[in-house]
This record gives sequence, C-alpha cells and structure tokens, in this order.
Amino acid sequence: MDPLQLTGVAKSFTMHLQGGIRLPVVAGVAFSVGAGECVALAGPSGAGKSSVLKMIFGNYRCDTGQILVRHEGEPIDVARADARAILKLRRTTIGYVSQFLRAVPRIAAIDVVAEPLVAAGVGREAARARAGDLLARLNVRERLWELPPATFSGGEQQRVNIARGFLPALPILLLDEPTASLDAANRAGVMDLITEKKKCGTAIASIVHDDDVRARTADRVIDITRFSAQGTA
Amino acid sequence: MSETDAPLLLAEGLTKYYGRQLGCREVSFALYEGEVLAVVGESGSGKTTLLQLLSTQLAPSAGRVRYRLRDGVTRDLAELSEAERRFLFRTDWGYVHQDAALGLRMNVSAGANVGERLMAVGWRHYGRIRGTATQWLDRVEIDPERIDDPPLTYSGGMRQRLQIARNLVTQPRLVFMDEPTGGLDVSVQARLLDLLRGLVTELGLAAVIVTHDLAVARLLSHRIMVMKGGEVIEHGLTDQVLDDPREPYSQLLVSSILPA
Repeated sequence: MDPLQLTGVAKSFTMHLQGGIRLPVVAGVAFSVGAGECVALAGPSGAGKSSVLKMIFGNYRCDTGQILVRHEGEPIDVARADARAILKLRRTTIGYVSQFLRAVPRIAAIDVVAEPLVAAGVGREAARARAGDLLARLNVRERLWELPPATFSGGEQQRVNIARGFLPALPILLLDEPTASLDAANRAGVMDLITEKKKCGTAIASIVHDDDVRARTADRVIDITRFSAQGTA
Repeated sequence: MSETDAPLLLAEGLTKYYGRQLGCREVSFALYEGEVLAVVGESGSGKTTLLQLLSTQLAPSAGRVRYRLRDGVTRDLAELSEAERRFLFRTDWGYVHQDAALGLRMNVSAGANVGERLMAVGWRHYGRIRGTATQWLDRVEIDPERIDDPPLTYSGGMRQRLQIARNLVTQPRLVFMDEPTGGLDVSVQARLLDLLRGLVTELGLAAVIVTHDLAVARLLSHRIMVMKGGEVIEHGLTDQVLDDPREPYSQLLVSSILPA
C-alpha cells in the first residue's frame, strides 16, 4: 500500500454553543500519497485543506471514512485509532509542520527542535547537535538557539517550526503553509529540504499558496473543492 | 503481550456516592507507563473524588481500581493489606497536593522532608540521604543552601517544588497531582510546569493530573478526560479534545479561555 491513503473521509463541525449549527467541511475525500511523492492540496481559504491534514495527524476527528497510514509495514486507520496508537504514529511515522509554532515557555529553540528526536530515543546531546545543524541551515542565528522562541519574529518562529518537523526521518510529512512567512532565500532553503525528503522516500502532503513553491515541489495537485461538503448538511 | 503493554493502572466502573449525593459515576480507563492523563472540569465535577478513589484514599461505592505492582502482578487495590497500601504510597506512588502544607511537614527542614521518604524505604546512611536530598533540591531549582530551612520559610512556588522533590525522590512510577499549579502566580506556574514537564518525560512517569486549567492539561498531558456532574463526558487525545471538542460542555470549556 501507499504510505498514506484516504477514502470516503468526511468532516463536519457541530457548534453546540451556536444552537447546534452544523458546519460541513469536506465529504468523500479520497487520495493517496506514494513514497517519495509530494501531493499539494489546493483550494481557496476555508475549503478544508488544513482540516484534512489535521485529520491525518489525528488532531481533528474524522466523522466517516478511512485514513490508512503505513506504520512499520502495517496499515493503521487513524480515523479509528485510539490515543496511544496516534501518539505512537506521531513518534515514528507522521510528522506535521503547522502554520504556527506553539511555543512552550522557557524551552530553548534548540530543544524545541531536538525534542522529537529525544522522544524517539536519540541521546540529548546528539539530538541537539543535529538540531543545531538544521537551524544553521535555515539561517536561524546561533545566538538565538538557547532562547525560547516566543519572542522571535514570525519568520524565525516558522523556521524553528520547520526544523522541528523536518529533523526526524519520518515516512510521512504533512506541511501546512511551511513557507508562508519566509523571504525568498529562506523559501528556497525550505524547497531544498522538501526535495531532499522526497529523495529519501518521504510521502508529503502539503498546503502551499505560493504558486512558484507549489510548482517546484509538488508532483500532483489535488483540488480540495472537489470534496466540498457544502449543500450536504 | 509484553510486560509494558499491560496497563499500570486500571479504573473499572468507579462510582462514589456521598450519601445520596453523587461524587462520580462509572469512570473507567486504563493508564499506561509513561502516560499522563489530565482530568479537567469545573469545581464539583467529581475530579478530586476520582483522584481520591484512584489513590485509595476513598473507598468506592462500586467499581474497582487495579494496579500493576513492581513484581508485574496486577492487583485489586481494595484487596491489598493496609501495610501493602502504605508501602505503595511511600515508594511507587507520589501525591502532589494543591496545598503544599498537606504534602509537606512545614516545621522540619527541607532536607528532612525529602529524606523522610528515603528513610521510609529503608535508607539509613545519613550522608547518602543528605546527598540525595541535596541533588533533588537542585533538580527542582531550590538553592541547596536552603536545605536546613523549613518550608514554612519558603515561597509558594518553592514549597510546591519541594513537594515534588519529596514525591519523586523514591522514583515512583505513578504520581497523582491535584491542581499542582493552583494558587501560584503565572510566572511561578510557568516555571513549575516546565519543571514538571521535563521530569515527567525524563523519568517516564505515569501521572493523573487534576486541573481546571486547560493550558496545564495541554502542556503536560497525553490524554484528557472532561468531567461534568460526576461523569466523564469526553475522553481522548489531549490536542484532539481541545482543538476539536465534541460535547457541548467541552466546547464551552475550550471557548471560555481568554487568549493571552
């Protein structure tokens, strides 16, 4: 099977505080991502692109359908997996670079980046060394490494976030606007990282608004509006 | 099934009535080694009752709690002898109270507060006890110079950190925490949370944390249980419940947070 395969995935939100109004987001989402392939999800704001990535990561629940992820050779359905299984998937199989860094007070940037490696069993010093290499590559100044990223600029925070997501070698990587707040030079750096990941066989699903970045990284584009759930409510 | 695949703590249909008043009803879950479970809900939702049932400080009206002891055998806690239960409390478990005065002896030195737990598990050598106590004070960011001062002379944040050192010095596998950051200033809270987060990961602790603060739950826990009126109304992966809450009450809780 492909590393990632979605079939019949639907998502809606029921807003109990607003009189139980139901907001359908997507329905019948079906696509797969092969090893070494980058698939870009396209569509206007509000079409449900981020919701789809969040469902794959287990951050949002999935109402119906299957989200099959190849985990250590076996398919696991994220839509039905329990909390422990999802946490394990996140340590060993699925990485996610969100739009915004959720900074933890008092944790140094370099430790924020190294954390997923440490959680996967890499020694702290080795993990920090690798984190430093990647931060340097992403032009995050060394004097910032030991500071908590809460006070960094938007672009610096985003690069810390990217480093954290790209550092562990996971078979599936989900990218939500990874280049949104970056200048041209840093954008190019991230595109290089994406290309390297693909060469290593990583399956990537991304949301990218920049046409140039999309054209240069994506092998296929999937129009999410095809799976619009509007009108099914 | 390998040993680590067996749950450490199992709650099965835990129910408690205080007379006709419901404390909590039909709570069931499994907690695994290294896993942190947050129990959230407003005052009176039954979360502290649940914590006391789990830690055998209260007897349930129905249901049971099972725990896998260090020898690998899972036992019903109600069937342990009082001596066995006390031993569990002194060694394998920790209990961090919201009010540090309940978890510490306020008039004896910080060193003795930490050392007491070691003596309870058979440590006798004064130098080693003091050495270990000093290390733990340092680890919880208390100046070892203060080792001979009683916690009565400590600030709120320091008392809470001392309570944590006292609990963790015997290397427990499971720690119960009741509002560990309640009543502390925000900056003191952040420091304590950061410390707890580091220790929990480093030591691979399992923990049940009762809190009404969703930020605490997000930062420390893997899973979350939302309680209301004595019942668990939603239970799942912490970020999933907080980012995509399903139940009306969970949605209300999440939407009630003021953005910083």
